[in-house]
Amino acid sequence: MTQTLERHTPTEADRPRKAHRGLSPRARRAFAPYFLILPALVVLAVVLLWPIGQMLWISLHDYGLRQLQGQEAEWNNFGHYLHVLTDERFWSIFRNTILVCMAMVALTMTLGTLVGLLMNRLPKWASTTLGIGLMLAWATPVISAAIVYRWLFDTRYGFVNTVLDSLPDWLVGSGWQEFNWFASPETLFPILVVTVVWQSFPFVAISVLAGLKSIPGELYEAARIDGASGWKSFWHVTVPMLRPLFALLLILQIIWDFRIFTQLFILAGGVTNREVALIPTYIYQLGFASTPPNYGMGSAIAVIMTVLVLVISAYYLRTMIRQEEA
Amino acid sequence: MNNVYRLRKALGRTGAYAAALAVFLFAIFPVYWVLATALRPTGEIFTREPTLFPREITFEHFERVTSGVLIPGTSFWSFLTNSLIVTVGSVVFAALLSLLAAIAVARFRFKLRSVFIILLLVIQMVPVEALIISLFINFFHLGNTLDVELVNNLSGVFIVYVAVALPITILMVRNFVNAVPKQLEEAAAIDGASGWTIFWRIMMPLVAPGLAAASIFAFITAWNEFLVAFTFLQNNTDAYTLPISLQYYFGAVSIEWGSIMAASTLLTIPVMIFFLFVQRRMVSGLTMGAVKG
Repeated sequence: MTQTLERHTPTEADRPRKAHRGLSPRARRAFAPYFLILPALVVLAVVLLWPIGQMLWISLHDYGLRQLQGQEAEWNNFGHYLHVLTDERFWSIFRNTILVCMAMVALTMTLGTLVGLLMNRLPKWASTTLGIGLMLAWATPVISAAIVYRWLFDTRYGFVNTVLDSLPDWLVGSGWQEFNWFASPETLFPILVVTVVWQSFPFVAISVLAGLKSIPGELYEAARIDGASGWKSFWHVTVPMLRPLFALLLILQIIWDFRIFTQLFILAGGVTNREVALIPTYIYQLGFASTPPNYGMGSAIAVIMTVLVLVISAYYLRTMIRQEEA
Repeated sequence: MNNVYRLRKALGRTGAYAAALAVFLFAIFPVYWVLATALRPTGEIFTREPTLFPREITFEHFERVTSGVLIPGTSFWSFLTNSLIVTVGSVVFAALLSLLAAIAVARFRFKLRSVFIILLLVIQMVPVEALIISLFINFFHLGNTLDVELVNNLSGVFIVYVAVALPITILMVRNFVNAVPKQLEEAAAIDGASGWTIFWRIMMPLVAPGLAAASIFAFITAWNEFLVAFTFLQNNTDAYTLPISLQYYFGAVSIEWGSIMAASTLLTIPVMIFFLFVQRRMVSGLTMGAVKG
């Protein structure tokens, strides 16, 4: 300590002059924050802001491999948007995305909330043990989760099909070990939903548990004195207290589930099967898995997706921004 | 009356335990199945009557993965090194940049401060899945202009990971800087401590836990990242990171489930370890303010 202090003995007054010749302490103070945010700002600008602008620009031009190689891109008068919005295939993918996303969100929120409530009632050891179990699912890398579900539902040797085949035929039918779950949207999407919900309900459960723990006990006591039953105090104390938390969780889940890519990529074995495409995989397919790639169209859909996500997250953003101002 | 009440309570408790057990099994079964498959001999995997528990434990799959015989010409160790370079590198960078920006945001009142914060919040919401095409094109062109290879090579992925991590890490570290009492710094200044001394002796020890938490966050995200790595590195197996190598094993003609599960286990272990540290912050960080107290 003394050593450091001695090395820096120069007093307040002469230090600034030494380090920053020519700048008054006042100017330094004014410029300092900009110097400090500059590196982060540059990285964000080059890596994220610029491509956001570029995404808009590309979506308004005919843009393919040639343009990537340097040929001038031609303005196409909102052609991609007009095409996309009148394209039946896009709308069917859009509908599937909404449906799958809604199923994921509904299941995640319901299961997560129920498990959170359950953990709140369990004794400490049980809720800790359950918490560790939840964490294992939550912490599994997305790619590993997708692959193990692919394996669990594998046609011939997968755990699910072998179990189904070992059950009596009158109950579940037979021939499961010839059944491919991943070939059609009717069976693939439910598995996708399970895969995603499996990983996302722990976050909701733990958040709800934290929320429940933060509700002051006096409120329940007051409710009891007023003669409220358990059910009533749940509706009139727990639910209102947790409403802001639910709103945030809901928005986060919608956004996260809207963006699902890796799981579908693995389960469907790539992005070429348009039958089981969702918006993120469709964008990828247009950009990187079709010959020739159609960057313009892909970007138009990407713009639509971004706008949707931002609209959905408006409430979340508003809450966060308000907190900043407070 | 009393008996009915007690019976109901007992039933309720049994029900709660049963439900907890069911949820617990649902949560851990896939994780267990990864391990169980990775540790049993091939003969036990490719059978139409698999057993719940391995009858025999073997490490042959781990050996196959790490020795690189799975896909000739590739090496698990090179995938691991790539993953480590790109993750640790981007985390260190993001931590540094976010510390600087966090100090600016927490300790200075400047004109563009709220614009900067709003920018961070909004940018954080823009999905990479939507941005992937222009991200690729941007780096392709940037590489051409600067005459360096940014696509097909780890450097591009590295920069993207830094940028993607920044908004969250800045905001997280900012909260920790905010929590450092100003009086502490002022007192030190009065005692004659220089700016650097104040920074290292007072600010850093208090901000370090936040920096660590933010770094672990960034680490997990980068370590698991699939889409950007896959898009950028597709044609260069030498630059593969672990997640895309898994996909690569997976795409092989005959799927070696044992080896894939072994590789998957190796990918998962570091995440699980780090996860233990940040689990609680993960919850509070994302739902900041929604839970009072």
